[in-house]
Amino acid sequence: MKTEELISLLKEDAPVRQRLPQSLRRFLALGALASLGLLLLTVGLRPDLAGKIATPRVLFKILTMLFLATLACRIVLSAGQPGVDLRRRLKLLPLPALLLVAAVVLEGTMTPAEEWRSRWLGLHAAFCLFFIPVLAGAPLSALLLTLRQGAPDDPGLAGAAAGLAAGSVAAALYAWHCPDDSPFFVASWYMLAILLVTAAGFGIGRRLLRW
Amino acid sequence: MEGDARAYEAFLTDLTPYLRAAARRRSVAFGAPPGDAEDMVQEVLLAVHLKRGTWDPERPLGPWLSAILRNKLIDSLRRRGHRVTVAIEDVMDLLAAPETADETNRLDAEQLVARLGEPQRDIVRSISLNGASVRETAARLNMSEGAVRVALHRALKALSGFYRSGE
Repeated sequence: MKTEELISLLKEDAPVRQRLPQSLRRFLALGALASLGLLLLTVGLRPDLAGKIATPRVLFKILTMLFLATLACRIVLSAGQPGVDLRRRLKLLPLPALLLVAAVVLEGTMTPAEEWRSRWLGLHAAFCLFFIPVLAGAPLSALLLTLRQGAPDDPGLAGAAAGLAAGSVAAALYAWHCPDDSPFFVASWYMLAILLVTAAGFGIGRRLLRW
Repeated sequence: MEGDARAYEAFLTDLTPYLRAAARRRSVAFGAPPGDAEDMVQEVLLAVHLKRGTWDPERPLGPWLSAILRNKLIDSLRRRGHRVTVAIEDVMDLLAAPETADETNRLDAEQLVARLGEPQRDIVRSISLNGASVRETAARLNMSEGAVRVALHRALKALSGFYRSGE
């Protein structure tokens, strides 16, 4: 086939069906809604939410996770575009990390050392580690499948960005259920759960997102 | 890139000499047979086409294009490099002329089209080789225009997949 003949083929298929960032936004929103539905239908919100929402630890946990989720979602929305360097979009990520470190230090100065272990382990560390990845399932699959239409320069990095976004959205949702409020708990188990989902996104992305 | 077929054709036609020059440069630099350059051009054009939804009209086209070009050229050279090595060993065994090995190793779009199923193959040949329009093709095959367009789009995706798997 001559190249001109190929071009005449491509011309007949000219209309752009969907721009990638818009698709990503739509499917990320759908995935997050599915996770919210899953949370409400299974474990639900914490029963004492109304009374506890205004306490500093609960407020900090929810707001920090929402902040991280917002940053991570903004990063993944620019994934999959050739020539857009994702690494340069990561520079705000240390902010929520710093907030967490500051909260951990503050918690350490405000609570007696003999309470640290029980605050760190909380009541449901294992369930947290299990359920955040479960909640991340829907947004992660939605993002990865949408990113297949993309053309990431670095498929592993794009997959990791999808994992980070899905994991932190899941964590931000789980925070409305979770009865463990110490920054020790959040900085360990929440972060470990998000890290697991990010690693899964990296591993899957490296295979699935090649083009 | 906004769905105007004529402007899109002009854009792709203007792009081709630039892609061809880049493909030739890389072929020479990496010692691939020059005949492969045109196949690479076609592979890159297909990628540009299938991934055009990833271009943000508010960003410059240059970096986007060169990122696609880089990915595809490296990909195809790596693949071809491997294939050429195998071919030469075969040639030594058979004491055959290297040129014939080059021929059989070309990822010619024509051979890839032959691997499409019907009606995709018929539609692709009708539009590319005979210069028929989608409407004429649809009328001849008793299909709706929409169905022909969908089949064409799937065929292009399949072609790109054939290139990538390098078979």
